[in-house]
Amino acid sequence: MTPPPGHFAAEHLLRELAPQVLGALIRRYREFAAAEDAAQEALIAAATQWPREGVPDNPRAWLMQVASRRMVDYVRREAARRKRETVAAMQMDALAPPADAGMGTEEDDTLTLLFMCCHPALTPSSAIALTLRAVGGLTTAEIASAFLVPEATMAQRISRAKQTIKTSGVLFSFPADRERADRLRAVLHVLYLIFNEGYTSSAGPDLLRLELSGEAIRLTRALHALLPDDAEVAGLLALMLLTDARRSARTGPDGELISLTQQDRTRWDRTEIAEGTALLTAALAKGSVGAYQLQAAIAAVHDEAECAEDTDWPQILALYELLKRMSDNPMVMLNHAIAAAMVDGPAKGLELLAALDADKRLAGHHRLDAVRAHLLEMAGDPQAAIRHYRIAARKTTNLPERNYLTAQAARLSDGS
Amino acid sequence: MKYILMMNTMKTGQGVPDWPRKDLQAHIAFMMDFAKDLRESGELVSAEGLAFPDQARLVRAGKDGSPITDGVFPEGKEFLAGYWIVNVETPERAYAIAARASAAPGPGGAPLNMPIEVRPVMSAPPPEML
Repeated sequence: MTPPPGHFAAEHLLRELAPQVLGALIRRYREFAAAEDAAQEALIAAATQWPREGVPDNPRAWLMQVASRRMVDYVRREAARRKRETVAAMQMDALAPPADAGMGTEEDDTLTLLFMCCHPALTPSSAIALTLRAVGGLTTAEIASAFLVPEATMAQRISRAKQTIKTSGVLFSFPADRERADRLRAVLHVLYLIFNEGYTSSAGPDLLRLELSGEAIRLTRALHALLPDDAEVAGLLALMLLTDARRSARTGPDGELISLTQQDRTRWDRTEIAEGTALLTAALAKGSVGAYQLQAAIAAVHDEAECAEDTDWPQILALYELLKRMSDNPMVMLNHAIAAAMVDGPAKGLELLAALDADKRLAGHHRLDAVRAHLLEMAGDPQAAIRHYRIAARKTTNLPERNYLTAQAARLSDGS
Repeated sequence: MKYILMMNTMKTGQGVPDWPRKDLQAHIAFMMDFAKDLRESGELVSAEGLAFPDQARLVRAGKDGSPITDGVFPEGKEFLAGYWIVNVETPERAYAIAARASAAPGPGGAPLNMPIEVRPVMSAPPPEML
Protein backbone atom coordinates (compact mmCIF):
# COMPACT_ATOMS: atom_id res chain seq x y z
CA MET A 1 0.00 0.00 0.00
CA THR A 2 1.35 3.41 -0.93
CA PRO A 3 0.25 6.28 1.28
CA PRO A 4 -0.79 9.48 -0.55
CA PRO A 5 2.03 12.02 -1.06
CA GLY A 6 0.45 14.29 1.56
CA HIS A 7 1.10 11.61 4.15
CA PHE A 8 4.86 11.94 3.72
CA ALA A 9 4.76 15.73 3.76
CA ALA A 10 2.80 15.77 7.04
CA GLU A 11 5.09 13.16 8.54
CA HIS A 12 8.19 15.11 7.56
CA LEU A 13 6.78 18.30 9.05
CA LEU A 14 5.88 16.50 12.28
CA ARG A 15 9.39 15.12 12.68
CA GLU A 16 10.81 18.63 12.20
CA LEU A 17 8.47 20.13 14.77
CA ALA A 18 8.72 17.34 17.37
CA PRO A 19 11.90 18.52 19.13
CA GLN A 20 10.83 22.18 18.95
CA VAL A 21 7.49 21.49 20.64
CA LEU A 22 9.10 19.28 23.26
CA GLY A 23 11.85 21.83 23.94
CA ALA A 24 9.31 24.61 24.45
CA LEU A 25 7.25 22.40 26.80
CA ILE A 26 10.27 21.50 28.91
CA ARG A 27 11.32 25.13 29.15
CA ARG A 28 7.86 26.09 30.29
CA TYR A 29 7.00 23.22 32.65
CA ARG A 30 10.45 21.88 33.64
CA GLU A 31 9.18 18.30 33.62
CA PHE A 32 11.02 16.29 31.01
CA ALA A 33 9.21 12.97 31.37
CA ALA A 34 5.71 14.45 31.39
CA ALA A 35 6.54 16.90 28.60
CA GLU A 36 7.85 14.05 26.49
CA ASP A 37 4.62 12.09 26.96
CA ALA A 38 2.53 15.18 26.17
CA ALA A 39 4.54 15.91 23.00
CA GLN A 40 4.21 12.29 21.91
CA GLU A 41 0.43 12.37 22.38
CA ALA A 42 0.18 15.59 20.37
CA LEU A 43 2.23 14.03 17.57
CA ILE A 44 0.04 10.96 17.49
CA ALA A 45 -3.08 13.14 17.39
CA ALA A 46 -1.59 15.14 14.50
CA ALA A 47 -0.54 12.00 12.64
CA THR A 48 -4.14 10.77 12.63
CA GLN A 49 -5.92 14.11 12.09
CA TRP A 50 -3.73 16.02 9.65
CA PRO A 51 -3.80 13.54 6.75
CA ARG A 52 -7.61 13.45 7.07
CA GLU A 53 -8.45 17.07 7.83
CA GLY A 54 -5.46 18.85 6.33
CA VAL A 55 -2.44 20.46 7.97
CA PRO A 56 -3.45 23.46 10.16
CA ASP A 57 -2.26 26.95 9.21
CA ASN A 58 0.13 27.11 12.13
CA PRO A 59 1.13 23.48 12.77
CA ARG A 60 3.54 24.32 15.59
CA ALA A 61 0.90 26.28 17.52
CA TRP A 62 -1.59 23.46 16.97
CA LEU A 63 0.83 20.92 18.46
CA MET A 64 1.71 23.25 21.33
CA GLN A 65 -1.96 23.72 22.15
CA VAL A 66 -2.73 19.99 22.20
CA ALA A 67 0.43 19.18 24.16
CA SER A 68 -0.16 22.02 26.65
CA ARG A 69 -3.66 20.70 27.33
CA ARG A 70 -2.07 17.33 28.19
CA MET A 71 0.45 19.09 30.42
CA VAL A 72 -2.29 20.91 32.28
CA ASP A 73 -4.05 17.57 32.80
CA TYR A 74 -0.80 16.19 34.13
CA VAL A 75 -0.27 19.12 36.48
CA ARG A 76 -3.84 18.69 37.74
CA ARG A 77 -3.29 15.00 38.40
CA GLU A 78 -0.02 15.72 40.14
CA ALA A 79 -1.69 18.37 42.25
CA ALA A 80 -4.45 15.98 43.28
CA ARG A 81 -1.90 13.32 44.07
CA ARG A 82 0.36 15.49 46.12
CA LYS A 83 -2.43 17.37 47.85
CA ARG A 84 0.14 19.98 48.65
CA GLU A 85 -1.45 22.87 46.94
CA THR A 86 -4.91 23.54 45.68
CA VAL A 87 -5.76 22.49 42.18
CA ALA A 88 -6.50 26.06 41.25
CA ALA A 89 -3.17 27.35 42.47
CA MET A 90 -1.26 24.72 40.48
CA GLN A 91 -3.22 25.49 37.37
CA MET A 92 -2.54 29.16 37.75
CA ASP A 93 1.11 28.37 38.18
CA ALA A 94 1.22 26.12 35.16
CA LEU A 95 -0.58 28.57 32.96
CA ALA A 96 1.40 31.61 34.05
CA PRO A 97 3.94 32.81 31.49
CA PRO A 98 7.28 31.15 32.10
CA ALA A 99 10.00 33.23 33.71
CA ASP A 100 12.25 32.82 30.71
CA ALA A 101 9.55 33.28 28.07
CA GLY A 102 11.02 34.45 24.84
CA MET A 103 14.49 33.29 25.74
CA GLY A 104 16.15 30.80 23.48
CA THR A 105 15.07 29.80 20.01
CA GLU A 106 13.54 26.65 18.59
CA GLU A 107 16.92 25.71 17.13
CA ASP A 108 18.59 25.96 20.54
CA ASP A 109 15.87 23.74 21.96
CA THR A 110 16.53 21.00 19.42
CA LEU A 111 20.24 21.08 20.20
CA THR A 112 19.73 21.17 23.98
CA LEU A 113 17.34 18.25 23.66
CA LEU A 114 19.94 16.24 21.72
CA PHE A 115 22.53 16.89 24.42
CA MET A 116 20.02 15.78 27.05
CA CYS A 117 18.98 12.56 25.27
CA CYS A 118 22.60 11.55 24.58
CA HIS A 119 23.73 12.24 28.14
CA PRO A 120 26.59 9.97 29.27
CA ALA A 121 24.48 8.85 32.27
CA LEU A 122 22.41 6.76 29.82
CA THR A 123 23.43 3.42 28.32
CA PRO A 124 23.89 3.55 24.54
CA SER A 125 20.67 1.65 23.84
CA SER A 126 18.67 3.96 26.14
CA ALA A 127 20.18 7.08 24.57
CA ILE A 128 19.36 5.76 21.10
CA ALA A 129 15.72 5.03 21.98
CA LEU A 130 15.23 8.36 23.73
CA THR A 131 16.86 10.34 20.91
CA LEU A 132 14.69 8.69 18.28
CA ARG A 133 11.55 9.42 20.25
CA ALA A 134 12.23 12.87 21.73
CA VAL A 135 14.30 14.40 18.92
CA GLY A 136 13.33 12.19 15.99
CA GLY A 137 9.63 12.37 16.78
CA LEU A 138 9.11 8.64 16.21
CA THR A 139 6.50 6.64 18.05
CA THR A 140 7.46 3.93 20.52
CA ALA A 141 5.89 1.37 18.17
CA GLU A 142 8.09 2.51 15.27
CA ILE A 143 11.25 2.37 17.38
CA ALA A 144 10.31 -1.06 18.75
CA SER A 145 9.80 -2.45 15.26
CA ALA A 146 13.11 -0.98 14.11
CA PHE A 147 14.93 -2.85 16.87
CA LEU A 148 12.73 -5.95 16.59
CA VAL A 149 11.59 -5.90 20.19
CA PRO A 150 8.01 -5.78 21.55
CA GLU A 151 6.49 -2.32 21.96
CA ALA A 152 6.07 -2.85 25.72
CA THR A 153 9.78 -3.57 26.05
CA MET A 154 10.71 -0.40 24.18
CA ALA A 155 8.21 1.63 26.21
CA GLN A 156 9.89 0.42 29.40
CA ARG A 157 13.33 1.22 28.04
CA ILE A 158 12.26 4.77 27.18
CA SER A 159 10.53 5.32 30.49
CA ARG A 160 13.59 4.10 32.39
CA ALA A 161 15.81 6.38 30.34
CA LYS A 162 13.61 9.32 31.30
CA GLN A 163 13.79 8.22 34.93
CA THR A 164 17.60 8.14 34.73
CA ILE A 165 17.61 11.69 33.36
CA LYS A 166 15.36 12.76 36.22
CA THR A 167 17.32 11.10 39.02
CA SER A 168 20.73 12.14 37.74
CA GLY A 169 19.60 15.75 37.74
CA VAL A 170 20.43 16.42 34.08
CA LEU A 171 19.21 19.92 33.35
CA PHE A 172 17.50 21.12 30.22
CA SER A 173 20.29 23.54 29.48
CA PHE A 174 23.08 23.95 27.00
CA PRO A 175 26.28 22.32 28.31
CA ALA A 176 28.89 24.74 29.64
CA ASP A 177 31.88 25.46 27.40
CA ARG A 178 34.28 23.20 29.28
CA GLU A 179 32.11 20.09 28.84
CA ARG A 180 30.57 20.91 25.47
CA ALA A 181 33.20 19.05 23.41
CA ASP A 182 32.74 15.84 25.43
CA ARG A 183 28.97 16.08 25.30
CA LEU A 184 29.03 16.71 21.55
CA ARG A 185 31.21 13.62 21.13
CA ALA A 186 28.55 11.60 22.98
CA VAL A 187 25.84 12.98 20.66
CA LEU A 188 27.86 12.09 17.56
CA HIS A 189 28.48 8.59 18.89
CA VAL A 190 24.73 7.99 19.43
CA LEU A 191 23.95 9.24 15.90
CA TYR A 192 26.71 7.00 14.54
CA LEU A 193 25.23 3.98 16.37
CA ILE A 194 21.74 4.71 14.98
CA PHE A 195 23.19 4.88 11.48
CA ASN A 196 25.07 1.60 11.90
CA GLU A 197 22.03 -0.15 13.31
CA GLY A 198 20.03 0.86 10.24
CA TYR A 199 22.79 0.29 7.75
CA THR A 200 23.58 -3.18 8.98
CA SER A 201 20.04 -4.46 9.37
CA SER A 202 18.80 -3.74 5.87
CA ALA A 203 18.62 -7.37 4.81
CA GLY A 204 15.64 -7.75 2.54
CA PRO A 205 12.85 -5.26 1.98
CA ASP A 206 10.61 -4.84 4.98
CA LEU A 207 8.19 -1.97 4.59
CA LEU A 208 7.29 -2.00 8.27
CA ARG A 209 10.86 -1.48 9.38
CA LEU A 210 11.89 2.06 9.86
CA GLU A 211 14.82 3.39 7.88
CA LEU A 212 17.12 4.00 10.82
CA SER A 213 20.07 5.06 8.70
CA GLY A 214 17.88 7.59 6.90
CA GLU A 215 16.74 8.88 10.28
CA ALA A 216 20.35 9.14 11.49
CA ILE A 217 21.26 11.10 8.36
CA ARG A 218 18.29 13.41 8.90
CA LEU A 219 19.24 14.10 12.54
CA THR A 220 22.92 14.60 11.70
CA ARG A 221 21.93 16.92 8.87
CA ALA A 222 19.88 18.96 11.35
CA LEU A 223 22.83 19.02 13.77
CA HIS A 224 25.12 20.15 10.96
CA ALA A 225 22.68 22.97 10.14
CA LEU A 226 22.84 24.07 13.80
CA LEU A 227 26.63 23.75 14.11
CA PRO A 228 27.85 24.44 10.55
CA ASP A 229 31.39 25.26 11.72
CA ASP A 230 32.02 22.00 13.55
CA ALA A 231 34.24 19.87 11.30
CA GLU A 232 33.51 16.58 13.06
CA VAL A 233 29.74 17.01 12.73
CA ALA A 234 30.30 17.59 9.01
CA GLY A 235 32.71 14.64 8.98
CA LEU A 236 30.12 12.31 10.49
CA LEU A 237 27.45 13.45 8.03
CA ALA A 238 29.92 12.89 5.17
CA LEU A 239 30.81 9.43 6.51
CA MET A 240 27.12 8.47 6.65
CA LEU A 241 26.42 9.71 3.12
CA LEU A 242 29.54 8.11 1.62
CA THR A 243 28.68 4.79 3.29
CA ASP A 244 24.96 4.91 2.59
CA ALA A 245 25.76 5.51 -1.08
CA ARG A 246 26.80 1.83 -1.34
CA ARG A 247 23.67 0.50 0.35
CA SER A 248 21.90 -1.04 -2.64
CA ALA A 249 25.08 -2.71 -3.91
CA ARG A 250 26.16 -4.32 -0.67
CA THR A 251 23.54 -7.07 -0.54
CA GLY A 252 22.36 -9.49 -3.20
CA PRO A 253 18.76 -10.42 -4.08
CA ASP A 254 18.51 -12.82 -1.14
CA GLY A 255 20.08 -10.44 1.36
CA GLU A 256 23.52 -12.07 1.05
CA LEU A 257 26.50 -9.82 1.75
CA ILE A 258 28.60 -8.66 -1.18
CA SER A 259 32.15 -7.57 -0.35
CA LEU A 260 33.35 -4.13 -1.40
CA THR A 261 35.57 -5.59 -4.13
CA GLN A 262 32.68 -7.55 -5.67
CA GLN A 263 30.03 -4.80 -5.57
CA ASP A 264 28.49 -3.47 -8.77
CA ARG A 265 29.76 0.09 -8.52
CA THR A 266 27.29 1.40 -11.08
CA ARG A 267 24.68 0.93 -8.35
CA TRP A 268 26.39 3.31 -5.96
CA ASP A 269 24.45 6.53 -5.35
CA ARG A 270 26.43 9.28 -7.12
CA THR A 271 24.38 12.10 -5.57
CA GLU A 272 25.18 10.94 -2.05
CA ILE A 273 28.85 10.49 -2.95
CA ALA A 274 29.02 14.03 -4.39
CA GLU A 275 27.34 15.56 -1.34
CA GLY A 276 29.51 13.58 1.10
CA THR A 277 32.70 14.48 -0.76
CA ALA A 278 31.83 18.19 -0.85
CA LEU A 279 31.03 18.19 2.89
CA LEU A 280 34.27 16.40 3.65
CA THR A 281 36.40 18.72 1.51
CA ALA A 282 34.96 21.77 3.27
CA ALA A 283 35.41 20.15 6.71
CA LEU A 284 39.03 19.14 6.10
CA ALA A 285 39.81 22.70 4.99
CA LYS A 286 38.93 23.92 8.47
CA GLY A 287 42.06 22.22 9.75
CA SER A 288 40.81 20.36 12.83
CA VAL A 289 40.91 16.80 11.58
CA GLY A 290 39.06 14.22 13.68
CA ALA A 291 38.27 10.51 13.54
CA TYR A 292 34.95 10.92 11.68
CA GLN A 293 36.57 13.04 8.98
CA LEU A 294 39.31 10.43 8.55
CA GLN A 295 36.79 7.59 8.27
CA ALA A 296 34.83 9.66 5.78
CA ALA A 297 38.03 10.29 3.82
CA ILE A 298 38.68 6.53 3.65
CA ALA A 299 35.11 5.92 2.48
CA ALA A 300 35.57 8.67 -0.14
CA VAL A 301 38.73 7.04 -1.52
CA HIS A 302 36.83 3.76 -1.96
CA ASP A 303 33.89 5.58 -3.54
CA GLU A 304 36.14 7.38 -6.02
CA ALA A 305 37.52 4.16 -7.53
CA GLU A 306 35.69 3.11 -10.72
CA CYS A 307 36.62 -0.51 -10.04
CA ALA A 308 38.19 -2.32 -7.07
CA GLU A 309 41.58 -2.52 -8.86
CA ASP A 310 41.68 1.29 -9.14
CA THR A 311 41.47 1.77 -5.36
CA ASP A 312 44.19 4.11 -4.12
CA TRP A 313 45.43 1.80 -1.33
CA PRO A 314 48.55 3.86 -0.45
CA GLN A 315 46.28 6.79 0.35
CA ILE A 316 43.95 4.56 2.41
CA LEU A 317 46.95 3.16 4.28
CA ALA A 318 48.17 6.68 5.07
CA LEU A 319 44.70 7.62 6.37
CA TYR A 320 44.59 4.52 8.60
CA GLU A 321 48.04 5.44 9.95
CA LEU A 322 46.57 8.80 11.02
CA LEU A 323 43.41 7.19 12.38
CA LYS A 324 45.47 4.69 14.41
CA ARG A 325 47.23 7.57 16.12
CA MET A 326 43.89 9.16 16.97
CA SER A 327 41.86 6.18 18.16
CA ASP A 328 42.75 3.05 20.03
CA ASN A 329 40.03 1.00 18.35
CA PRO A 330 41.05 -2.60 17.53
CA MET A 331 38.78 -2.58 14.46
CA VAL A 332 40.87 0.29 13.10
CA MET A 333 44.00 -1.86 13.63
CA LEU A 334 42.38 -4.71 11.67
CA ASN A 335 41.48 -2.47 8.76
CA HIS A 336 44.94 -0.98 8.87
CA ALA A 337 46.38 -4.48 8.46
CA ILE A 338 44.22 -5.02 5.35
CA ALA A 339 45.39 -1.72 3.84
CA ALA A 340 49.01 -2.60 4.61
CA ALA A 341 48.55 -5.97 2.89
CA MET A 342 47.12 -4.25 -0.20
CA VAL A 343 50.13 -1.91 -0.39
CA ASP A 344 53.06 -4.02 0.86
CA GLY A 345 51.78 -7.55 0.27
CA PRO A 346 49.94 -10.13 2.43
CA ALA A 347 53.05 -11.01 4.48
CA LYS A 348 53.10 -7.48 5.90
CA GLY A 349 49.37 -7.69 6.78
CA LEU A 350 49.78 -11.10 8.46
CA GLU A 351 52.70 -9.73 10.46
CA LEU A 352 50.48 -6.90 11.77
CA LEU A 353 47.72 -9.40 12.61
CA ALA A 354 50.16 -11.51 14.63
CA ALA A 355 50.77 -8.47 16.79
CA LEU A 356 47.00 -8.13 17.32
CA ASP A 357 46.68 -11.69 18.68
CA ALA A 358 47.78 -10.33 22.05
CA ASP A 359 45.04 -7.66 22.11
CA LYS A 360 42.50 -8.84 24.69
CA ARG A 361 39.68 -6.86 23.07
CA LEU A 362 40.07 -8.88 19.87
CA ALA A 363 40.78 -12.25 21.50
CA GLY A 364 38.39 -14.78 20.01
CA HIS A 365 36.74 -12.16 17.77
CA HIS A 366 35.64 -13.62 14.46
CA ARG A 367 36.85 -10.56 12.55
CA LEU A 368 40.46 -11.37 13.35
CA ASP A 369 40.01 -14.87 11.85
CA ALA A 370 38.10 -13.50 8.87
CA VAL A 371 40.81 -10.99 8.00
CA ARG A 372 43.51 -13.61 8.54
CA ALA A 373 41.67 -15.99 6.18
CA HIS A 374 41.45 -13.26 3.55
CA LEU A 375 45.17 -12.43 3.80
CA LEU A 376 46.15 -16.13 3.77
CA GLU A 377 44.16 -16.51 0.57
CA MET A 378 46.00 -13.53 -0.90
CA ALA A 379 49.27 -15.15 0.19
CA GLY A 380 48.40 -18.31 -1.81
CA ASP A 381 47.68 -20.63 1.11
CA PRO A 382 44.12 -21.82 0.40
CA GLN A 383 44.14 -24.63 2.99
CA ALA A 384 44.98 -22.27 5.86
CA ALA A 385 42.52 -19.72 4.46
CA ILE A 386 39.71 -22.31 4.44
CA ARG A 387 40.51 -23.21 8.04
CA HIS A 388 40.32 -19.60 9.21
CA TYR A 389 37.19 -18.78 7.19
CA ARG A 390 35.52 -21.71 8.97
CA ILE A 391 36.76 -20.66 12.41
CA ALA A 392 35.38 -17.17 11.76
CA ALA A 393 32.05 -18.61 10.55
CA ARG A 394 31.70 -20.60 13.76
CA LYS A 395 32.31 -17.54 15.92
CA THR A 396 30.16 -14.87 14.28
CA THR A 397 26.68 -14.15 15.62
CA ASN A 398 25.50 -12.60 12.34
CA LEU A 399 23.60 -14.90 10.01
CA PRO A 400 24.43 -13.18 6.68
CA GLU A 401 28.06 -12.92 7.72
CA ARG A 402 28.14 -16.60 8.66
CA ASN A 403 26.73 -17.45 5.24
CA TYR A 404 29.31 -15.20 3.58
CA LEU A 405 32.24 -16.78 5.45
CA THR A 406 31.00 -20.33 4.85
CA ALA A 407 30.63 -19.52 1.16
CA GLN A 408 34.23 -18.24 1.01
CA ALA A 409 35.50 -21.50 2.52
CA ALA A 410 33.34 -23.52 0.11
CA ARG A 411 34.59 -21.52 -2.90
CA LEU A 412 38.21 -22.30 -2.00
CA SER A 413 37.65 -25.97 -1.25
CA ASP A 414 35.71 -26.48 -4.51
CA GLY A 415 38.58 -24.89 -6.42
CA SER A 416 41.32 -26.98 -4.87
CA MET B 1 22.45 -8.07 21.61
CA LYS B 2 19.82 -10.76 21.99
CA TYR B 3 20.34 -13.97 23.94
CA ILE B 4 18.15 -17.01 24.41
CA LEU B 5 18.06 -18.55 27.88
CA MET B 6 16.97 -22.16 27.63
CA MET B 7 15.79 -24.24 30.53
CA ASN B 8 16.55 -27.82 29.43
CA THR B 9 15.19 -29.39 32.56
CA MET B 10 12.29 -31.60 31.53
CA LYS B 11 12.83 -35.31 31.29
CA THR B 12 10.70 -38.00 29.68
CA GLY B 13 8.58 -39.83 32.22
CA GLN B 14 8.71 -36.87 34.57
CA GLY B 15 5.32 -35.76 35.78
CA VAL B 16 4.09 -32.56 37.35
CA PRO B 17 6.37 -31.80 40.33
CA ASP B 18 4.91 -33.37 43.49
CA TRP B 19 6.09 -30.55 45.71
CA PRO B 20 4.04 -29.25 48.64
CA ARG B 21 1.54 -26.59 47.61
CA LYS B 22 3.45 -23.84 49.44
CA ASP B 23 6.66 -24.65 47.53
CA LEU B 24 4.84 -24.77 44.17
CA GLN B 25 3.26 -21.40 44.87
CA ALA B 26 6.62 -19.94 45.84
CA HIS B 27 8.13 -21.26 42.61
CA ILE B 28 5.34 -19.83 40.45
CA ALA B 29 5.48 -16.49 42.28
CA PHE B 30 9.23 -16.37 41.72
CA MET B 31 8.85 -16.97 37.98
CA MET B 32 6.16 -14.33 37.68
CA ASP B 33 8.30 -11.79 39.54
CA PHE B 34 11.23 -12.70 37.36
CA ALA B 35 9.22 -12.08 34.16
CA LYS B 36 7.81 -8.84 35.57
CA ASP B 37 11.28 -7.50 36.40
CA LEU B 38 12.53 -8.36 32.91
CA ARG B 39 9.56 -6.57 31.35
CA GLU B 40 10.10 -3.52 33.53
CA SER B 41 13.82 -3.33 32.81
CA GLY B 42 12.97 -3.20 29.11
CA GLU B 43 15.00 -6.34 28.42
CA LEU B 44 12.38 -9.01 27.74
CA VAL B 45 11.81 -9.82 24.08
CA SER B 46 9.75 -12.96 24.57
CA ALA B 47 9.27 -15.91 26.87
CA GLU B 48 7.37 -19.16 26.53
CA GLY B 49 6.82 -22.24 28.62
CA LEU B 50 6.38 -25.53 26.80
CA ALA B 51 4.03 -28.48 27.36
CA PHE B 52 5.28 -31.65 29.01
CA PRO B 53 7.34 -34.11 26.93
CA ASP B 54 4.42 -36.55 26.66
CA GLN B 55 2.89 -34.00 24.28
CA ALA B 56 6.05 -33.94 22.13
CA ARG B 57 6.25 -35.69 18.77
CA LEU B 58 9.29 -36.27 16.62
CA VAL B 59 8.34 -35.64 12.98
CA ARG B 60 10.15 -36.70 9.81
CA ALA B 61 9.04 -36.51 6.21
CA GLY B 62 8.17 -39.83 4.61
CA LYS B 63 9.04 -40.72 1.00
CA ASP B 64 6.03 -38.81 -0.35
CA GLY B 65 6.68 -35.91 2.02
CA SER B 66 3.89 -36.86 4.42
CA PRO B 67 4.65 -36.61 8.14
CA ILE B 68 5.78 -39.68 10.05
CA THR B 69 5.42 -39.04 13.76
CA ASP B 70 7.16 -40.79 16.59
CA GLY B 71 6.42 -40.16 20.24
CA VAL B 72 8.54 -42.78 21.89
CA PHE B 73 11.60 -41.18 23.46
CA PRO B 74 14.33 -42.87 25.48
CA GLU B 75 13.74 -42.63 29.23
CA GLY B 76 15.54 -39.66 30.80
CA LYS B 77 15.96 -37.66 27.56
CA GLU B 78 16.14 -33.94 28.33
CA PHE B 79 13.59 -31.56 26.89
CA LEU B 80 13.26 -27.81 26.67
CA ALA B 81 10.89 -26.69 29.42
CA GLY B 82 10.79 -23.06 28.39
CA TYR B 83 12.87 -20.14 27.23
CA TRP B 84 13.37 -16.40 27.55
CA ILE B 85 14.80 -14.16 24.86
CA VAL B 86 16.35 -11.02 26.32
CA ASN B 87 17.86 -7.95 24.72
CA VAL B 88 20.80 -6.83 26.86
CA GLU B 89 23.90 -4.63 26.66
CA THR B 90 26.48 -7.30 27.53
CA PRO B 91 26.83 -11.10 27.70
CA GLU B 92 27.56 -10.72 31.44
CA ARG B 93 24.08 -9.27 31.92
CA ALA B 94 22.56 -12.28 30.11
CA TYR B 95 24.52 -14.61 32.41
CA ALA B 96 23.32 -12.70 35.49
CA ILE B 97 19.69 -13.05 34.36
CA ALA B 98 20.24 -16.77 33.71
CA ALA B 99 21.76 -17.20 37.17
CA ARG B 100 18.68 -15.66 38.73
CA ALA B 101 16.40 -18.05 36.83
CA SER B 102 18.65 -20.95 37.78
CA ALA B 103 18.17 -20.19 41.48
CA ALA B 104 14.36 -20.50 41.32
CA PRO B 105 13.10 -22.06 44.56
CA GLY B 106 12.26 -25.78 44.64
CA PRO B 107 11.06 -28.14 47.39
CA GLY B 108 11.51 -26.61 50.80
CA GLY B 109 12.31 -23.26 49.18
CA ALA B 110 15.90 -24.29 48.42
CA PRO B 111 17.32 -22.96 45.12
CA LEU B 112 17.07 -25.49 42.28
CA ASN B 113 20.29 -24.25 40.60
CA MET B 114 18.96 -25.56 37.28
CA PRO B 115 21.31 -25.48 34.30
CA ILE B 116 20.30 -22.65 31.94
CA GLU B 117 21.81 -22.71 28.47
CA VAL B 118 22.62 -19.19 27.22
CA ARG B 119 23.32 -18.58 23.52
CA PRO B 120 23.46 -15.46 21.34
CA VAL B 121 20.61 -15.07 18.86
CA MET B 122 21.93 -14.49 15.34
CA SER B 123 21.47 -10.86 14.41
CA ALA B 124 21.59 -8.61 11.39
CA PRO B 125 24.77 -8.25 9.36
CA PRO B 126 27.58 -6.17 10.88
CA PRO B 127 29.05 -3.02 9.35
CA GLU B 128 31.12 -3.85 6.31
CA MET B 129 34.85 -3.63 6.59
CA LEU B 130 36.14 -0.34 5.30
